[in-house]
This record gives sequence, C-alpha cells and structure tokens, in this order.
Amino acid sequence: MEPILALAIGIMAASGIYLILRPRTFQVIIGLSLLAYAVNLFIFAMGRLRLGAPPVIAPTLGSDPALYTDPLPQALVLTAIVIGFATTALFLVVLLASRGLSGTDHVDGRERETD
Amino acid sequence: MALLLILSLPFIGSVCAALLPTNARNAEAWLAGIIALTVALLTAALYPQLATDGVLRYTIPWSPTLGIDFQLRMDGYAWLFAMLVSLIGTLVVVYARYYMSPEDPVPRFFSFFLAFMGSMLGVVLSGNLLQLAMFWELTSLASFMLIAYWHHRSDARSGARMALTVTGMGGLALLAGMLLIGHVVGSYDLDAVLAAGDQIKAHDWYPTIVVLIAVGALTKSAQFPFHFWLPHAMAAPTPVSAYLHSATMVKAGVFLLARLWPVLAGSDLWFWLIGGAGLCTLLIGGYLALFQNDLKGVLAYSTISHLGLITLLLGMNSDLALVAAVFHIINHATFKASLFMAAGIVDHETGTRDINRLSGLYRAMPITATLALVAAAAMAGVPLLNGFLSKEMFFTETVFLGRPEWQRLLLPVAATLAGMLSVAYSLRFVHRVFFGAPAADLPHQPHEPTRWMLLPSALLVTSCLLVGILPADTVGPYLRTATDALLGPAAPAYSLAVWHGLNLPLYMSLTALFGGLMLYLPCIGRRGAHIPVFGVLDGKQTFDWLLGAVTRLAGWLLNRLSSPRLQTQLLVIMLVVVGGSLLPFVADDPLRFGDQPATALDPAFALLWMVGAICAVAAAWQAKLHRLAALILAGGAGLATSLTFVWFSAPDLALTQLAVEVVTAVLILLGLRWLPKRDGSFLEGPEATSVHLRRLRDLLLAIVGGGGIAALTYAILTRPAVDGIAPFFVEQALPQGGGLNVVNVILVDFRGFDTFGEITVLAIVALTVFALLRRFRPAPESVALPVQQIEQASEASVPDPEAGLPTGYLMLPAVLVRLLLPIALLISLFFLLRGHNAPGGGFVGGLVFATAIILQYLVSGAQWVESRLRILPQYWIAFGLLAAASAGIGAGLAGDPFLAAQAWHASLPLIGDIHLSTVLLFDIGVYMLVVGATVLMLIAIAHQSLRALPRKSDADGAA
Repeated sequence: MEPILALAIGIMAASGIYLILRPRTFQVIIGLSLLAYAVNLFIFAMGRLRLGAPPVIAPTLGSDPALYTDPLPQALVLTAIVIGFATTALFLVVLLASRGLSGTDHVDGRERETD
Repeated sequence: MALLLILSLPFIGSVCAALLPTNARNAEAWLAGIIALTVALLTAALYPQLATDGVLRYTIPWSPTLGIDFQLRMDGYAWLFAMLVSLIGTLVVVYARYYMSPEDPVPRFFSFFLAFMGSMLGVVLSGNLLQLAMFWELTSLASFMLIAYWHHRSDARSGARMALTVTGMGGLALLAGMLLIGHVVGSYDLDAVLAAGDQIKAHDWYPTIVVLIAVGALTKSAQFPFHFWLPHAMAAPTPVSAYLHSATMVKAGVFLLARLWPVLAGSDLWFWLIGGAGLCTLLIGGYLALFQNDLKGVLAYSTISHLGLITLLLGMNSDLALVAAVFHIINHATFKASLFMAAGIVDHETGTRDINRLSGLYRAMPITATLALVAAAAMAGVPLLNGFLSKEMFFTETVFLGRPEWQRLLLPVAATLAGMLSVAYSLRFVHRVFFGAPAADLPHQPHEPTRWMLLPSALLVTSCLLVGILPADTVGPYLRTATDALLGPAAPAYSLAVWHGLNLPLYMSLTALFGGLMLYLPCIGRRGAHIPVFGVLDGKQTFDWLLGAVTRLAGWLLNRLSSPRLQTQLLVIMLVVVGGSLLPFVADDPLRFGDQPATALDPAFALLWMVGAICAVAAAWQAKLHRLAALILAGGAGLATSLTFVWFSAPDLALTQLAVEVVTAVLILLGLRWLPKRDGSFLEGPEATSVHLRRLRDLLLAIVGGGGIAALTYAILTRPAVDGIAPFFVEQALPQGGGLNVVNVILVDFRGFDTFGEITVLAIVALTVFALLRRFRPAPESVALPVQQIEQASEASVPDPEAGLPTGYLMLPAVLVRLLLPIALLISLFFLLRGHNAPGGGFVGGLVFATAIILQYLVSGAQWVESRLRILPQYWIAFGLLAAASAGIGAGLAGDPFLAAQAWHASLPLIGDIHLSTVLLFDIGVYMLVVGATVLMLIAIAHQSLRALPRKSDADGAA
C-alpha cells in the first residue's frame, strides 16, 4: 500500500503545483484544494499506515498505544482540513471581489500581454 | 507604590481624556491639570524619603529568567526631572485651556498630552535600560501626534513626520547601544550599569556604544547635525512647543547623556563627539536664531543653541561642568517655557507671529511684555536672573586650567561669542515685538489676554527671578541631591551665589552683554529672510533628499527582489517548496528508503487511487475551460482522500473531509456564476510559443515537485515509526480526558487552546467573507440572469416567496429537502454528542447541519428561504465562541489551567446517571460556531444573486 499512497500524494501534489502556477483564479483555487489533499495525506502518513486500528479506545482492550494508530497526526490533519476550508472560502470571496473590481480573473489583477 | 502611581496616572488620564466629548474644554483641562498637579505633589512628597534613602525603587517581576523586570527607580536626579515634567506640565495645561480655540478637538490634545507626560516620566523613572528605550520611543510617538495635532496643515504633517523619522531613527540607535551595554555589563538594570562604568570603558565596544548612545541622544535633543527637525516641529500648537521644547522631549536627550555620564564620559571620544556636537550646535543655533522672522522660529533656534550649551557642558568631562549642565537644564526649562507662552499669547491676541509685522505691543499688553522681557533677559544671561548663574558656571568651565592650550583659548572665545549671539537674539525678540511704533495692520486688535493665560507664564518668570536672586535658598538643595545622585560621593563642592567677585567669567559675561548689544544694533532696521553664510545649514533639503533617495532605493530593490504579480510570487514560493522537497536527497547523507515491511497490497486500494489520480490530473487539465468538470473531478480526488482516511484507521478525518468536501463544493458552485466566460480560442504566433514554454516549465516543476514529495513520503513510510508524544495521548485519553476517541480528546482537551484559536480563525474568516461581500460589485457581464434561469422564468412563474411550499420546477426535491432538515439536525446532534467517545464531534456535526441549511437554498431559491430563515449566523458565531470560552474559564474558576476539563456526575430520577463535562460545552461551542460561520459564508455568497438583480433593473430604468 505504501508505494501507492506515496504515488497518489505525488500525483496530487504535482497537479496542485501545476494549477497553482496557472494564471486564472479558478485554476489556482482548484490547485490549492488538490495540494491541500496531498499535504493532508502527507501529514497523516507521518503516523504510518495501520489497518483497522482507529484511535478510539476499546474498553475491553485497554489503552496500550501499540494497539492503536497514532492519533496525533490525525488531530493535526483535522485542524488542517477545517482551516483549509476557511482559506478556500476566503480565497473564493477575494477572487470574486477582485474580479468585480479589476474586471479580470487573472491572479495578477490584470491581464498579461500573452496567455 | 507611589512611583507606580506617578507613572500610571498620566496614562490613565490619557484614556479618560480620550473618552470625553469633543467640546468639553473645561472638563479636559480640569482632568489634565489635576492629574499633572497630583503627579507633582506625589513627587514632591517623596523628597524627604529620597533625601534620607538616596534611591527609591519599585519592581514588578516580568521576565526574571531574562533578567528583565519592570523597574521604577527614583534618585535625586530623576526626582528633579519628574518635578520639572509635572510642574511645567500643570502650567502648560492651564495655559492650553485658554490657548486652544473652541473649534479644536481638545480630547485628542489632552489625551496625547497626558500620554506624552506619562512617557516622559517613564523615561525619567526607568530603572531598566530596555524599559527606558521603550518609553523613549513612546515620547517620540506621542510627540508625533502632538506636533501633527492640526493635521489638516501640511507643514504640521511634514514637521511631525520629520521629527518622528529623526528621533525614531535615533531611538533605534539608542536601543542598539542599550543592548550592547546590557551585553557588556550582563544586566539591563540601571544600578548595575551605573556601577560598571570602568568595565564599559575598558571594553572593546566602548566606542560603538558611545556612538550609538550619542546618536540617540543627539537626535532627540536636536543637536548638530540633527538639529533641523526642531524648527519644523514648531507647526505644533504653542502649548505643545512650550512643553516639548522646554522641559521634556528635547531634554530627554541631555537627560540621558547626564544619566549615563558617570558610565560613559571621561574619554577623548566622548569629548570630541558630545562636546563637538554641542559646540557646533551652540554657535549655529545662536547664529540662525538671529535671523528668524517667526517668533517661534527664534525660540526654536535659541532652544537648539541652549541645548548645545548643555551638551557641550556634558562633553567637557568635568564634574563641575555636569553640575552646570543640570543647573542649566532647569533654568532653560523655566525661561523657555515662559517665552513660548509669551509667543503664543502674542500670536493668539494679534493673529501673527511675524517679527516684521509686530511692533510696539508694550502699550497694548504691558504685563505680557514685562514677563517676556524678564524671561528673555534670563535667556540672555542678565545678572540677577537664573540664566546668568548657569551661564557664569559655563564660562568658568571654559577657562578651566586643566585643558590643553588651544582648548583654553578656543572654548572661552566660542563661549563669549555664543553669549553675544544669545544676547542679540533675545534683544531682537523683545525689542522688535514690544517696542517701537505700534503696529498698524495686525489681524486682530492686540490687548492683554485673560489672567489665566498669563498666570503660568508669570509663575515661571517669578521662579526665574527667585532662582536668580536667591539661588542657594531656592534651587540649591535640590540641585545638590540631583548632582549627588549622578556623581555619588565624588560630587565636587560648588557654591551657588550671585556674586563671585571680579573674575574672568564676569568679564566674559559683560563682554557678551555689550557685544550682543553691538551685534544687534546694525540689525534694528533690517528686514528680510536672507540668512548670510549659514543659511544653507537648514538640514531640511538634505533630509528630504535623503528620504527620497532611500524611498527610490527601496523601490528599486523591491523591483529587483520582488514582483507585484501574484503569479510570479507563487512561482518563487513553489520553487522554494520544490527545492526543499529535494533537499533531503542531495544532502551529504542522502535520504534512503527504509526496509520496514509494507502493508499487504489491496487491489481495491490501487483501483481507488487509479481513479483518484486520474481525477486529479484531469482536474488540472480541465480547470481552465471546464470549471464545473474540474470541480467535480477535484471532488473525486477529495473523495479518494476521504476513503483513504477510512482505510487507514482515521474515521474522524474521513467524516470531516467528507463534510468539508460537500460544503466547499457548494461554496465554489455558488461562486462560479460570477466568473468570466472563458473562450476556447487559441493563441498563435510567438505569444503562443511563450505560453507553451511557460506551461512546459510549470509542468516540469510540478513533476519534479510531485516526484520529490512522493519519494519523501515513501522514504518515511518505509521506516519504523518514532516514539513521539502519541503514546501519552493514547494512555491518558481515558484517565485524564474522560473520552475514548483519542483524536477528539486531543482536540477539545489536551490541545483545546489550539482548537479555540482555530475556531476563532474560522469566525474571523466568516465575518471577513461577509464584510467583503457587502461591498461586492459583480463584473457587468455577470449581472444578467443566466440563460437557464431566463428559460425557467419563461416557463413557470417567478417563485412566490409567500407560498407555503416552494413552487417551480424543483418542487419535489424541495419538499424532500425540507423534510430532510430536521433529520439532518438530529444527525448533526448525534455526531456532536457521541464525539467524545466515538468518531464525530463538533466540527462534523456543525458541517452536517450547515449543509442541510444550504441545501434549502439550492432547491428552494434564495428568496423563499430568506423569507423564512430564522437562523441568525452572527449569533451562532458569538454564542459558539462564548460557550467555548466559558468552558475554558470554568476551569479557571475551579483553579485549573484554562480549558482543563471539568466533569460532574449526578444521578437524576427517571433519567438515571448523567455525566456532564465542560468538554461537552466546549464541543457545543465548536458546533455552534461551525454552523454559524459556514452558514454565514454560504448565504452571503448565495445572497449575491438577489443583490445583483435590482441593480440591473435600475440600470434598465436609467437607460
């Protein structure tokens, strides 16, 4: 599973990076989403991959850390997901306002001579 | 304790003054006057204690490990300054009450005035060097606000800016000097520093320290070559000038030089730097004062000159010169404050300060004229006035025998010359304004001002006389304590007497008086603004040129190092990120893949990510022309991410990711409408080539970056896990956190403060979105109804907001979604309540409920929902934050740290055992806030389609 997840993270990050470098605001917002997925998975993977060991303590098993997956990256990623949502919302509104003010959806606020 | 009161009273008063109504001139003056007087009385009351104990201290521990405490320290010298600051402050308040016109917004004046007084007291009373530097900067800031008080005038603005730039720059140098001293001594404590004089002087960094401290003090005291800011600061209201340029602001520089005199003085460097600057300033200031045509200009340059005298005294490396300097600080403060007041009275009553227009005012305002005459005589150094005494002491020091031959010659000559200049400009000031034929064409008919405006000036002049006639009985003991505090047991003996016999200094004084008269005589009839020879020494042009050059340099650098284009900036950021991800592989000890046994490959997972990867790449491919498709494809990648979380034992993440996915998709869908239409046309020719090249470059960068991140991930995944702090959380979740879901326990308990910060961010974002959209102006071509809506409108009637059920083509889904709302609410509450022990929690619950609400918008239309919506998202945000905060404060009341979980167990009839915890309250806060924030953002965007419509019909109507 590890190579697949690593590849998946790489592909999503690559798509995200490519989109973030594009000139249109919509491309950048989608790129940010993709990059956020990749980064969240990356942080999550820092806790290593465990199957069927959610960090919800089963009273019958006790709280031996070896029985459960690492809860810390999960808590971090949970926070990151929510903040990512807030960032996306803010960026969306800023790009709408910028489009209304500048008349273009180019990220620079004005059209390049080319592109 | 009294020290703390002395320091804090002005600041408290400043806040109170700011809150009073605009026209409350009397209330403001009473407030400021009482505070200044109280400070003066409190300070005076400390004198007996000071005389016996020597030094009073008050310490509040602040950062003991860094050796930085909030320290107040009052010795005789600080006491003297505190008295000057508070007493002259009181008098200036009385004066300002009558000077300021009813149109001026006085709360601002008195508020900044008191803040300035507090900052100055802070400088004087600081027992810690860093604290002193902080109050030093505060005086710069407060004086900036005071100088720019009439901010509708451009000269006030530019003068204030110049003063702030020069003194602020000096303040930075001072701070650097203080840090060096602290480094050398090993403490910022003033007592420790004063005891370490020899250590500092012997250190390699002594020259650097002296230069830095000198730059700080000389800029503040307007010494050559930084003297030019002071005349431009005269754009301030006269009471401000009377205060800042007599007893306070400019005196802070010489205060500091004298304060650190025992530590830093005694070297040749000190003599050349401080003494040299003082001598230049003394002569240049005096010379330029002679040619000013503005009353306040004369006083400004004479202030510069007299400060130069004090600085020169401080630079002379002699104990007696230090005594003379402190004495002259007091004397200059009294006569200069009263002269500024006189100038203000003349300006107030006649409407002009132009020496060429004023004349013969003695007849119209004899009291003012007498007061100004005496004060100017004190400034000129006429016997029986206080200025004479300190000037005599200055002359005595210049002829001191222990100096090299050339100094013994140069210094007395320069001193006598300065004395002559001082006499000449004082004479000119008084003679031109008050004597001669009565002026004819004044803006106002001059007459004597109200008694209360004269009183402060009169008191100051009286003190000039008293000190001048009976120095030993009036100021003597206080000067003694001040100089003893500075010099310690080594303080020299000196006598304050009017008559020292016929000696060289007396002859110098007489020469100066006579020579000044001679110097003035040819100027009597002279008018005009031309200043011979040294007219170029106004530093304003240099300053403006420097400022412009620095601004241009900064712009040039910015152009070289940065770009206003976001695309370029993002490229740089991405280059850094990609470079960073490759760094571990090119290091000396490159990162290698580990040999941790991999988890068994599941074909389903491979399939999942095959789809996920295709979605991601396709989204990148389509985002330019097919936005909706790209959004759906990105959602597919998000879904794969969510499923991965489930796969690898992270149910909470999966739930949250899923809910966020839905809300984000809806949000972007709502925004899509306002984006411009993309035509699919292709460029041709060289432009197309450059675009293709750029895309190729970005593609390469993306592939390298993605490959690097993938390799990093794989390298980490194939290594054994490190034992971090995770086991602690797993082991303590139940015993300490009282919950089974470790992730949730971390979020709401162990790291609850982080979560509290996070929901605050969310609330701020929601409010920002709301605020941004209130002023939203859609691009013109997006205002029209979309084609689909127009077609619907032609088929069916416009949705009726009053109908019990939404009508229109989505009627069936609308009914179903309406039914869904209470069910969704139940599910969201279910997630909320089980969150502590099972996957769920406030975030997920809140998002589920918010999704249900926005679904109503989607199927029923904004008008129909908004006519029924009883949800007020702002309240949900507010109550959510309050609930979360009260959960934290509840722990504080129980004596535990902020946000520590508190639990209660109780047994109720019928219901049975219940378990209540502040954690639940906290999670309810999170839930409410997430609902409020999400709904606020979504409906703010959804509402835009309603707002755009009326504007369009307006436009139609106008057309």
